[in-house]
Amino acid sequence: MTQNCAGCADFQEKSGQLSKIIAKYKDTQGALIPVLHEAQELFGYLPLEVQRQIAQELDIPLAEVYGVVSFYTQFSINPKGKYQINVCMGTACYVKGASEILDKFRTRLSIDVGECTDDQKFSLDACRCIGACGLAPVVTINDEVYGKLTADEVDDILDKYEDR
Amino acid sequence: MIRNIEELNALRDKTLKTMDIRLDRTQQPGTEGGKIHILVCGVAGCASSGSLKVAEAIEEQIKANGLAEDVKMIKTGCFGLCAEGPVMMICPEHVMYTKVTPKDVNEIFDSHIKGGKVVKRLLAGEKEYEEIRDRLPQIPFFAMQRRIALNNCGIIDPEQIDEYIALDGYQALAKVLTEFEPEDVIDEIKKSGLRGRGGGGFPTGRKWESSAVVKEHTKYVICNADEGDPGAFMDRSILEGDPHSVIEAMIINGYAVGSHQGYIYVRAEYPVAVQRLGVAIRQAEEYGLLGNDILGKGFNFNLEVRLGAGAFVCGEGSALMTSIEGKRGEPRPKPPRSAEKGLWKKPTVLNNVETYANIPQIIRNGADWFANIGTEKSKGTKVFALGGKINNIGLVEVPMGTTLRQIIYDIGGGIPDGGTFKAAQTGGPSGGCLPAEHLDTPIDYDSLTKLGSMMGSGGLIVMDEHTCMVDLARFFLDFTVDESCGKCPPCRIGTKRMHEILVRITEGKGTLEDLDKLEVLARNIKASALCGLGQSAPNPVLSTLKYFRDEYVAHVVDKKCPAGVCVSMVKFIIDNDACKRCGICQKGCPAGCISGDKNTPFAIDQEKCVKCGLCMEKCPFKAILKNA
Repeated sequence: MTQNCAGCADFQEKSGQLSKIIAKYKDTQGALIPVLHEAQELFGYLPLEVQRQIAQELDIPLAEVYGVVSFYTQFSINPKGKYQINVCMGTACYVKGASEILDKFRTRLSIDVGECTDDQKFSLDACRCIGACGLAPVVTINDEVYGKLTADEVDDILDKYEDR
Repeated sequence: MIRNIEELNALRDKTLKTMDIRLDRTQQPGTEGGKIHILVCGVAGCASSGSLKVAEAIEEQIKANGLAEDVKMIKTGCFGLCAEGPVMMICPEHVMYTKVTPKDVNEIFDSHIKGGKVVKRLLAGEKEYEEIRDRLPQIPFFAMQRRIALNNCGIIDPEQIDEYIALDGYQALAKVLTEFEPEDVIDEIKKSGLRGRGGGGFPTGRKWESSAVVKEHTKYVICNADEGDPGAFMDRSILEGDPHSVIEAMIINGYAVGSHQGYIYVRAEYPVAVQRLGVAIRQAEEYGLLGNDILGKGFNFNLEVRLGAGAFVCGEGSALMTSIEGKRGEPRPKPPRSAEKGLWKKPTVLNNVETYANIPQIIRNGADWFANIGTEKSKGTKVFALGGKINNIGLVEVPMGTTLRQIIYDIGGGIPDGGTFKAAQTGGPSGGCLPAEHLDTPIDYDSLTKLGSMMGSGGLIVMDEHTCMVDLARFFLDFTVDESCGKCPPCRIGTKRMHEILVRITEGKGTLEDLDKLEVLARNIKASALCGLGQSAPNPVLSTLKYFRDEYVAHVVDKKCPAGVCVSMVKFIIDNDACKRCGICQKGCPAGCISGDKNTPFAIDQEKCVKCGLCMEKCPFKAILKNA
């Protein structure tokens, strides 16, 4: 995956954009995390090539960059699906049956938390509270929020995306 | 640009005239700035339930009816009734509508806006009333609340600094810069008795003082908006509904301790809060309320937003600071305290969002005003995020010392579906559970600590008889194990071992000895972990062991889960008296473990059963029982 990407024009272009991002933060103290946020927004995830470029241009060891990337759950070294499913596992959602909903997504998509379907269409994550406890249990798919869900509704929701 | 206090006051008076119908209940149509204001909650829960589409529909209706002169729509912060979203309010009558859909907007316009007739079916609370103007304050949910930190939420447009200024915004800053020496500010905060709203409850004034006395040129002020406790969303609501109150407080904090640079560290999971803060900071800069020579008084202060990246431990002060420095967010041993050597080894004061939201009003109304609210050692109010098995899920702000019963039953409306209250969880993964016997405890920092829980940031999750307390303890340990930064062994290894024991118990493989082991481990972790999070990680286990030991014993001795949650211990049994032998369960069973036909009674082979519960769901006669 990464090798294919490194060669393609798309990556070249994004790499140029990344340089501009890094230049913007050059004089900021503690620039690494803001740079990683923007890099992830640009590439969708943080493959090794991207981390290497950040390390070089910010002039910090690659190990330190990787250390930070692997520490924070928001940063991903794996690509995400076209539709990113986030099942909220905050306490309010949990006591209202979020784990059943998560299980349903798991079995229906045959992937585990943190994984992506083979066709790159769906990725599944369990997240900590998104602060919409009034709607518990909550699932977000990209920017769409599904509240007060039951496990039964999972199939219908996924069908909607399968057709797209 | 606001160059001085006179200009600030002029802007306040001018803007206030355009929005006074939102404040009092005189029921008089507005004179300037539109006769009718429609306030729509545009944040958090309501936005997730579709309030932005409602807002669009309102805009369309205003246009379609040619009412642009008379009717104004404002996207505000949280009203508190999150489960009833989208929520909106129509002023000057202060009529609140809940669960509004874009379709309802037509009716609201035809009936209410144009015809002056309230749409009863959408009203919040009881649909009957005598005087519409008296209605809202009488709804129990609102009647018992006292809003300080959430004062402006649901009234102002958080993206309009002018509206904040109209409600005396930045007056506290003006007062401090003209009338107070830095040490007077600290004295005032100390006198108010304000304690940190983020967790531990350290006195805010003393915190400021310990940084103020350090003689260094560069100091930092940080706002901790890394609201990581699952089930707590008060900081999110303040940032999204009233961001300027936090900004103003941080400038005051900077003046008091001699700092000229502040950071707000926000969770990246709160994109709206991040965006609102960005807007607010830009507006404050344009007005010269941030930057150099603020209000012409010679004080300089700048503010920057930094994003977290999904690490719970970064809610701990020293970990948060290392994260701002761009490193792995690991805590460090203390001393030195952050007040002496914090961010980039400079003296640093760190306060939570809600703590800051109280500051401007303490300065404006005086320390005594604030100290009069609350209990002896816990002053003011506290915002709680009510969640779980409770009717009025949402944000409530009550004076310290309000009892759990008042919060849950009077304000929260009790337990839904006829359920029984079993426990309330406060303080998130660092807190504990309070059983029914403590429902009448007045809630403050000290009473909660005494009961083995803690205030935490204010998440309050209510549980009924369908929640298994052992499973809940396991859930929190799941969280802690996952979020432990790994720096110190007690937390990294200890919580893992505790988790393993809890898993064993929930799988029906636990022994009584395990309970003792849990307690020993818990005590050791509390005594030896590096940071506050590690030290408090065993709390959910200790408090459930203390109040719900029976349930643990049922799991390990009788191999039963009384709540019917722990799957491996659940048994599905067919009640032959109720069974009509229709065979629906048999057809639906994925494991093929149900035997029986028209002539022989139906039975479930417990060995083969995978406990999916499908049979129980499908049975039309409710003849399948769980865990009987």
